[in-house]
Amino acid sequence: MATVHLPRSLVTLFPDPPPRRLDMSAATLTELVARLDEGWPGMRDRLCEAGPQIREHINVFVDGERVRDLGAQIPDTAVVHIIPAVAGG
Amino acid sequence: MSDRVELLVGTKKGAFILESDAARRDWRVRGPFCETWPIHHLVRASDGTLYAAGGNAWYGPSVWRSEDDGATWSQSSDGLTYGDDGPKITTIWNLTPSNGKLFAGVEPAGLFRSDDRGQTWSHVAGLREHPSTPEWQPGNGGLCLHSIVPHPTDPDRMWVGISAVGAFETTDGGKTWETRNRGVRADFVPGDPPEFGQCVHKMGLHPDNPEVLYQQNHCGVYRSGDGGRQWTEITPGLPSEFGFPMAIHPHDPSTVYVIPLNGADKGRHMIDGHTQVWRTRDRGDSWQMLDGGLPTSDAYLGVLREAMSMDRMRPAGIYFGTSTGQVFGSSDEGDSWQLIADFLPPVWSVETSAPGS
Repeated sequence: MATVHLPRSLVTLFPDPPPRRLDMSAATLTELVARLDEGWPGMRDRLCEAGPQIREHINVFVDGERVRDLGAQIPDTAVVHIIPAVAGG
Repeated sequence: MSDRVELLVGTKKGAFILESDAARRDWRVRGPFCETWPIHHLVRASDGTLYAAGGNAWYGPSVWRSEDDGATWSQSSDGLTYGDDGPKITTIWNLTPSNGKLFAGVEPAGLFRSDDRGQTWSHVAGLREHPSTPEWQPGNGGLCLHSIVPHPTDPDRMWVGISAVGAFETTDGGKTWETRNRGVRADFVPGDPPEFGQCVHKMGLHPDNPEVLYQQNHCGVYRSGDGGRQWTEITPGLPSEFGFPMAIHPHDPSTVYVIPLNGADKGRHMIDGHTQVWRTRDRGDSWQMLDGGLPTSDAYLGVLREAMSMDRMRPAGIYFGTSTGQVFGSSDEGDSWQLIADFLPPVWSVETSAPGS
């Protein structure tokens, strides 16, 4: 099971919000996003855009390595961080 | 007649609701709503549901919905897409409820419709199938579809306005569209005015006389008496041809308000720092400046296209929000004004509603 960390600004978009940290099985980033979307419908649209691809200002780290490819492998014991990019204004 | 008036304010950092009784002197501010997302437009449908639309730099465009007067919100953008091979939608500029449906104007320009109160969306593809589409070019404000003007009685008719592209009309429920820009200048391109490419800033009609359209354009103010087939310029009498918002009096199709700004290349703020709203009561044949109670010096305020609206009281109230976070209001059709909110984030839209009416 991978451990997934979600940002506050994402979970608060859902009336029945997910926990900030949750465990889930997913072979790829595509699968992980799909599992999140099953639990909280609409989450895929918040994380992905046309392409499909991860939104430009959403950063996904798998075991500390930034990944952009939705086909990226998610090891069974991975720690996944989803973090909005830092911004000014 | 409702005993309450509310202003629905979209800002760069969240949505707000300003509430008053019928006297419209004392106002209470609620918000920010929508997780402080940038909100281009906040509206209340006839069933009381609040809808807000915008686009977040991280999480993309979405439409927010509240069925409990803003206490709780949900959001969805299911179907708000041109497909994986199409351009990326960045934000939503306008929401317009009509005949039980909800329409959304997005950037890059396109029209979407929801038949289930904002839960899912379908593309009104006919507009982007217009042969001019490959030549649409964004202006400084982007390529935004910002004006959605349903015909009040014919559900198959609708006009839309797109910045730097112009006006279109459909008479077959959105399957096909025709340009409606004849008579409108486009001084930023050489030669005669083109069929499309005009920069409409805001367009509207009065439900009592739906063949009469008005628009504030990048290049002047215009009136049409035939559903947009031919436009007549009504700029003479105004101190500037440039401005963004336009409001039509709810009880008088001949009365229209605009806010002339100093010019497209001069900062786009109040002329000489003098805050002024202009009103015509004769369909644009003559104009009157209104500045009673407004700051008349050192006020370099900007007002954006969606940021002026009127209530339906008698006398009607008129309100506008500024890009520096003020909201001004008048309860006597613009003759006198007061500052009713200050220190808000930059205001992008102001709509009115009368809860319970």
